Amino acid sequence: MDILGMTAVSLGVAIKNKEVTVREAVKAALGRIGEKEKEYHCFVTVDGEGALGKADEVQKRIDEGELTGPLAGVPVAIKDNMCTEGLLTTCASKILGNFIPAFSSEAVRNLQKAGAVILGKTNMDEFAMGSTTETSAFGATKNPWNPAYVPGGSSGGSAAAVAAGECFYALGSDTGGSIRQPASFCGVVGLKPTYGTVSRYGLIAYGSSLDQIGPLCKDVTDCAAVMEVIASHDPKDSTSIERKDLDFTCALVDDVKGMRIGIPRDYFGEGLAGEVKKAVLTATKVLEDKGAIVGEFDLSLVEYAVPAYYTIAAAEASSNLERFDGIKYGYRAKDYKGLHDMYKKTRSEGFGAEVKRRIMLGSFVLSSGYYDAYYLKALKVKALIKKAFDQAFSDYDVILGPVAPTTAPKLGESLADPIKMYLGDIYTISANLAGLPGISIPCGLDKKGLPIGLQLIGDCFNEKKLIRTAYAYEQARGVFGRKDGRQDGKTV
Amino acid sequence: MANIISNETIEYVGILAKLELSEDEKEQAKKDMGRMLDHIDKLRELDTEDVEPMSHLFPVNNVFREDVVTNGDTREELLNNAPGEKNGMFMVPRTFE
Repeated sequence: MDILGMTAVSLGVAIKNKEVTVREAVKAALGRIGEKEKEYHCFVTVDGEGALGKADEVQKRIDEGELTGPLAGVPVAIKDNMCTEGLLTTCASKILGNFIPAFSSEAVRNLQKAGAVILGKTNMDEFAMGSTTETSAFGATKNPWNPAYVPGGSSGGSAAAVAAGECFYALGSDTGGSIRQPASFCGVVGLKPTYGTVSRYGLIAYGSSLDQIGPLCKDVTDCAAVMEVIASHDPKDSTSIERKDLDFTCALVDDVKGMRIGIPRDYFGEGLAGEVKKAVLTATKVLEDKGAIVGEFDLSLVEYAVPAYYTIAAAEASSNLERFDGIKYGYRAKDYKGLHDMYKKTRSEGFGAEVKRRIMLGSFVLSSGYYDAYYLKALKVKALIKKAFDQAFSDYDVILGPVAPTTAPKLGESLADPIKMYLGDIYTISANLAGLPGISIPCGLDKKGLPIGLQLIGDCFNEKKLIRTAYAYEQARGVFGRKDGRQDGKTV
Repeated sequence: MANIISNETIEYVGILAKLELSEDEKEQAKKDMGRMLDHIDKLRELDTEDVEPMSHLFPVNNVFREDVVTNGDTREELLNNAPGEKNGMFMVPRTFE
């Protein structure tokens, strides 16, 4: 039986039917990790022993009829910015290089309650700051479609691990596109839920008003199944929302008749690679042929999203990362003179260049004399952007566009010019500013054989419309991957 | 319109951020921050005179709970992560002379 070829949900069924044991599933994933990890480096930590131990425990609970959910026994990988009790959690930073949490994040606990087996912690940009997974203190992750290219970021390790078959699904976090963009670059499905849908308790904070945990999966069905497990109201996260509409798998319906899909003209202008544009528009045609009503409109304000986002994200980061002071956990400088010198040396030695750049910018925009001109201004622009989306969603159910302007860049080409890298987030960050759900689904390959992603953005609490539209598209497109020999990027 | 970041500004921001930058890092930071602020200045094109700044997307309320201890004793686990520990407490450099 080809265990590694299975999706998370199909593996869950096979485990339930006793065609595969949990131990076999874990061993298959660990085997693939053993083969591929040296080349791809998707993980910061692989917990093989812990996973095998957990496998037997979960198997027993499945056999006893205690665990009955669709993901029981299915091995998962967790982005290394989510706390896992007793398991190293580094945020891909030297400053947390030896941090072993005393508790697990709520999203991880929800997975464990559903019988998930954690294989390890995936690589990421340091503190989720980056778009390529190259700012990791532990070395870059490679794109499994072509190891000369980046997997995207910041959840690049999670996306690459799913694409490489090193796990059956993974959790990521998305502050400005960090689930959707790596999903796009690695040819997997990634969903960023509505802000507040998945608890941020135990997620090491970057931009708290923007951060949201979500799944990276092999297909839309898996995404919906994982969402049902991880979404929950959590009093430990004061921004957690109580929702009654968490039955996401009900939206797995192959029907988009009458679905109003809006194409923002501003997402198809200058800067968008021709091949990406073509693939996304071809996918749009597929949905139109299935009965969706497609219209073009002007979203407006698109060019203001990047500056507003980086002001707000840097401000929140500078505040959130104040906790790393070399006292309660993590790295502490060796030589210092007194308390303040210890703080400064610890932080200067412990943080990487991109993290320091954002802390400096954030400290500046929050400082007395500049707060109104920069930070408050950005919050006002955020209000305008939210209003523009409200307007769009009065006419459309779903907004459709590219995930990123290009396919994955080559390793080593992005970090030299930060602003250029930031502009690569132009189509994803607005959803974070406005709290909207967004999904990335593979829709073709470029000439280099690298995946292209299609993005659907919904109004707040409308994940089901995204899931339904993505599922209908996926049914028409067919299996995505190299296995079926389709290298030309054509959608079926 | 280009933002020129002075040495004083970088020193001041370094104090706020509790970062000690090398001379090279300071030069780089001046360039990076200037370029980034030039980019952010684009926001000034928008008239936001009558716009309320938006911190929260949804109405948020304080979450209250009874003041009851629900977690167990994790002192040892927590101290295991501390770079300095003495007699069951965090060890820090001398703060008062």
